[in-house]
Amino acid sequence: MLTAERLAEVFVAVADTLVDDFDVIDFLQLVTSHTSELVPESAVGLLLVDAQSQLQVMAASDDRTELLELFQVQAHQGPCQDCFTTGEAVVNADLEQAGDRWPLFAPRAVEAGFRSVHAFPLRLRGEVIGALNLFGPDSGRLAEDVARVLQALADVATIGLLQERAIRRGEQLTEQLQQALNSRIAIEQAKGALAQLHDISIDEAFELLRTYCRQHHLRLTEVARAVVTDPASIPELTRH
Amino acid sequence: MTEAENSAAELRRRVAAEPGRADDPPHVVGRLNRLCRAAAKVLDADGVGISVLSSDGAPAQVAASDPRSSDVEELQFTLGEGPCLDVFQSGHPVLCPDLTQLGRSRWAGYTPAVQERGVQAVFAFPMQVGAARLGALDVYRDRIGGLGRTTENQALILADIALHDLVEAVSRTRPGTVETAADVMDGPREIYQAQGIVMVQLGVDIVEAMVRLRAYAYAHDRALADVAHDVVTRRLQLEDDAS
Repeated sequence: MLTAERLAEVFVAVADTLVDDFDVIDFLQLVTSHTSELVPESAVGLLLVDAQSQLQVMAASDDRTELLELFQVQAHQGPCQDCFTTGEAVVNADLEQAGDRWPLFAPRAVEAGFRSVHAFPLRLRGEVIGALNLFGPDSGRLAEDVARVLQALADVATIGLLQERAIRRGEQLTEQLQQALNSRIAIEQAKGALAQLHDISIDEAFELLRTYCRQHHLRLTEVARAVVTDPASIPELTRH
Repeated sequence: MTEAENSAAELRRRVAAEPGRADDPPHVVGRLNRLCRAAAKVLDADGVGISVLSSDGAPAQVAASDPRSSDVEELQFTLGEGPCLDVFQSGHPVLCPDLTQLGRSRWAGYTPAVQERGVQAVFAFPMQVGAARLGALDVYRDRIGGLGRTTENQALILADIALHDLVEAVSRTRPGTVETAADVMDGPREIYQAQGIVMVQLGVDIVEAMVRLRAYAYAHDRALADVAHDVVTRRLQLEDDAS
């Protein structure tokens, strides 16, 4: 369960967004990983809209490829898409009953071992810029207070996004979201490069990248860019 | 179609409908000149230019809506400073709605030089795919003031279209064989992973890897996503020849 300490970590991370070395991807990863502690055996994803109003997965509590794909399917259909369109949270959707509602998405989610899904909008002054998405292992209903905390975490993610320094440089939110998407792409490119370099799987490559960043207190996006554009600068990671 | 899809398709249409001129160079540069001219109208700007970064990091002016914009683009490289160069460095858009207020301290040489040519506001947008930075789309205005949300969004989409045209051209494909501007940006995750794999496999930079993947897909008449999937699952290894 989400302890007071973990919740405090989330708030500290939000406060950290006020300082210079804030990395939006790292921050969103932290939000999703702490959010997943609210419901045991759940998976949490965070999606944001790009300049063409498409939802894109930015971070997930579990970065396994199949899960990322499951989150991403919702760009076209699913609770995140509904939440994005209506601006309302989608709570306690029973995946086994949702075959008609989301014929492309629901069966895949059930196959992946989930029974319930919830989506909370990231809202900014009446506009929806993304969604926080939770898959649960059973079809039980979310407790009211848990649902409220989930919406609060979605709001916290929005605050963190807004604090990103560039907003203060005068960029519009659209550019920010596009930047976050671009950072995510750089991470995917780095995954491929590392997988090829060390002859490991894509998922293992991401673990390698993330572990390296944690050990050296470096930003995920920055290291990903270095792997792709200047591998000689991080021999520890790129030497094979 | 959603409003946004509508606007990307609409912008594509407007770029395609922009007439060519006798002095447009052939192939991609001519197309990018036309894109700049269409962009200037759409964005209510007094000039638009495109500069690209070559693989050795040297910037070069590639296209512009008019001779003055071409000059202004070049100025940045001669002076070694300017919004486009900042974009290449940071990968972030650089928005300067008032050069007098905001540009003088930032670009002490560039600002008076472009103001002399009548420019009062500059907005530069990156053309990039993840860690692959290809260039920038620069928008010039002779009056101060921001672009506004909708116009900035359109500029982002136009930068995307320009990037797509560039990559397509460098992949030596027939124009019009790729479906949408979103094809380059919004491909599934595997396409970006495949770019990373090919980069290491062939020992080339990320932009070259992007180009090689696309070229392979077209040469074999396969969807890029399928080729990417085969690369990621190790079923396909691109050859080290230059074809």
